[in-house]
Amino acid sequence: MLYIPGNNPAMLLHGSVYGADSLLLDLEDAVALNQKDAARNLIKQMIKHVDYGKTEVCVRVNHLDTPFGMEDLKAIVPLQPDAIRYPKTESVEELQRLITLVEQIEDEHGLPHDKMTIHIMIETALGVQNVFDIAKYSKRVDAITIGGQDLTADMNIKSSKNSSGIDLARKMIVMAAKANRIDAIDTVYVDIDDEEGLKQETEFIRQIGFSGKAVINPRQIDPIHEIYTPSDDEIRKAYRVVKEFNKNKAKGIGVFAIDGKMVDAPVVTRARYVLELSGVDHENI
Amino acid sequence: MRTFNFLAMNKNKIGREIPKNIEGIGELEPYSGAWKKLKKGWMDELTSPPPNKAKMPHADKVCDTLEEAIEKSNPKDGMTVSFHHHMRNGENILVRSIDILAKMGIKNITLASSSLNESHNPIIKYLEDGTITRIWTSGIRGKLGQAISSGVMDLPITIHSHGGRVRAIHTGKISIDLAIIAASAADEEGNATGSTGKSAFGSLGYAHIDSQYAKQVMVVTDDLVDYPCYPLSIKQIYVDFVVKVDSIGDSSKIASGTTRITKSPMDLRIAKLGADVIENSGFFNEGFSFQVGAGGASLAVAKFIREKMKRKNIKGSFLLGGVTSYGVDMLNEGLFKTIFDVQSFDAAVSTSLYNNKNHIEISAGHYASPFNCGCVTNKLDIVVLGALEIDLDFNVNVITGANGEVRGASGGHSDTASGAQLTVVVCPSFRGRISTINKRVQTVVTPGETVDVLVTERGICVNPMKPELEESLKKAGLNIKKIEDLQQEVEKIVGKAKEVKYSDKIVGLVEYRDGTIVDVIRQVIEE
Repeated sequence: MLYIPGNNPAMLLHGSVYGADSLLLDLEDAVALNQKDAARNLIKQMIKHVDYGKTEVCVRVNHLDTPFGMEDLKAIVPLQPDAIRYPKTESVEELQRLITLVEQIEDEHGLPHDKMTIHIMIETALGVQNVFDIAKYSKRVDAITIGGQDLTADMNIKSSKNSSGIDLARKMIVMAAKANRIDAIDTVYVDIDDEEGLKQETEFIRQIGFSGKAVINPRQIDPIHEIYTPSDDEIRKAYRVVKEFNKNKAKGIGVFAIDGKMVDAPVVTRARYVLELSGVDHENI
Repeated sequence: MRTFNFLAMNKNKIGREIPKNIEGIGELEPYSGAWKKLKKGWMDELTSPPPNKAKMPHADKVCDTLEEAIEKSNPKDGMTVSFHHHMRNGENILVRSIDILAKMGIKNITLASSSLNESHNPIIKYLEDGTITRIWTSGIRGKLGQAISSGVMDLPITIHSHGGRVRAIHTGKISIDLAIIAASAADEEGNATGSTGKSAFGSLGYAHIDSQYAKQVMVVTDDLVDYPCYPLSIKQIYVDFVVKVDSIGDSSKIASGTTRITKSPMDLRIAKLGADVIENSGFFNEGFSFQVGAGGASLAVAKFIREKMKRKNIKGSFLLGGVTSYGVDMLNEGLFKTIFDVQSFDAAVSTSLYNNKNHIEISAGHYASPFNCGCVTNKLDIVVLGALEIDLDFNVNVITGANGEVRGASGGHSDTASGAQLTVVVCPSFRGRISTINKRVQTVVTPGETVDVLVTERGICVNPMKPELEESLKKAGLNIKKIEDLQQEVEKIVGKAKEVKYSDKIVGLVEYRDGTIVDVIRQVIEE
């Protein structure tokens, strides 16, 4: 997910060419206070006129407690991007308020309530504590993301290379997201010249269950994709697992072995996930 | 001022109108196809013999000053003076030499420099006062290009390729009276190199032919070393004068930032797609040979190819070109066996050229001349090139900018495109608000029949003459589009550019490597 500052026309124009799965057109932290109106207008025009193809478009609006949040919603919701991202969410009540306002605007414009989804950002210790309830509150919420920089500041800890201070928060957010069958998206890696560090962090967040990661520079997209894309070997193994499972299932066998290792339902589920990520049709193997 | 609107015209093979004859230049042969003349197996034009020379034993060739050497060479009106451009923007011998000739009152000089750039802007005054009346070069940049486009000269300049320049010298089309060859080290007899000395700049490949064919040859150096100077890039048997000067220029200005891998996300994206094309083209195999340009997306392709070579454990045969320190790193890592170096894009390359026997200096003729028994570009598997502009027939412009002014270089573009099995052009689909994909390019340098693939950030277009290649790239899941569709897509984003207004006056001839004329450049009318 590539962050694009809302006041950068060139980046907004070229956003979809870098191979990101999703673009985060930012009206919040990337835009200076005196640029908010200009950025809002620019994003509005870009969504209307630029063809972003298959790339998901998400707009990060300002929090409703700021003077800009309501104006952002009024401008962006009628355009129905794929999603809006709501920052610094700490409670169910805040989310409730957001959804009420979003749906009011949608009603005013005769728009459905089930098209544009909401990504919630958790950026404070209180938000982390409430994340399960927040994730559970509405079907419109289809992703929870962690804002590492703000969380570090809120916890008054020093940021470190291995981000150990936000380790628990990451895991709680993943757990809340998984428990509610929605995506968990990791925070940005701020040192854009440290590709090795980015790779290490991405390996880690993939292991603990994040579905993806936000990036602040297009150069960070490919290293993340490389880590999330299953290797040829992984795809071959997954294909074999699903094929053997289907064969055994026809004979009424639920648990079997491949190369001496037990294969049961969870193994098959993981294999199907690998094939799905790789774009392999696993329904008709 | 001469005008050319009355000229009888021929259309060449790609539909460009070429004058049949230009007074002061002679008959022009229209471009007839990239390989048509080569297929014969010989060159129709006669070759000029190199000059006969003799020197008495122990005769002294050393002159104390550039002025003294130029005076001794007995310069005269109408002479042709040649230079090389190995020091690129750091070069300072060309302007100093022309200053001296101008002070001596020499007029009607034909300037034959292998390329010209911003450091040569001071010669504009000599175009205005008739000191220089003709130019042969592979490229022109900066204010000099603007002056030429505005029509400062009566006769059009001739833009040649690196290989084409060698052909033009062999045939006497460029008949050099005085070759002034800057070298970073030389001895008293004129043996000279660019690979050592305080101003080391690497290969002297472009100057080899000048030394062999010029009626008089002058080596200018800021490091006069004990005899013998080696490696023998320029050999004493061709050299008449040797001059020691304080400085031949600033070799740190050779690179101008073009030899580092870009951090531009756009260039990196295009480069990655370019590398994906190469990987799936069928030519990315053990023992492949490779050339990339310096700078931007072109050089960045090398970064991704390097990673792919390591991942797939593929070793290449040779790297060619325009050599950067990045290429030297690939040689040192064992990814390629050899570098053939006609020009070093980075002063740091000279150390490798001097020390590594697998890093080989070659002449421009060996590199790219179409008329010999096979130049190295003929052995090239893959070349990655840039473009200022490309059209629906895949013709590429690397010489005139969006405003019609001369601001680029033909260089080895058409030479390598003609020789390589796979020619990949990488460029953004638009720059600023100007599309790089147009229905018709302003100036053709490299004909579309020698270009296989265009790679942009918004899609990859395969020349319809290569359907098997398109099939392989589609199978690999790459985003293949028809070039007409991509052109329309970009036009929707940036709109149609305002057309540049030209007069009938021809200010430049673009010569294809075989000596035919592929296009002309006209005078830009300022509004």
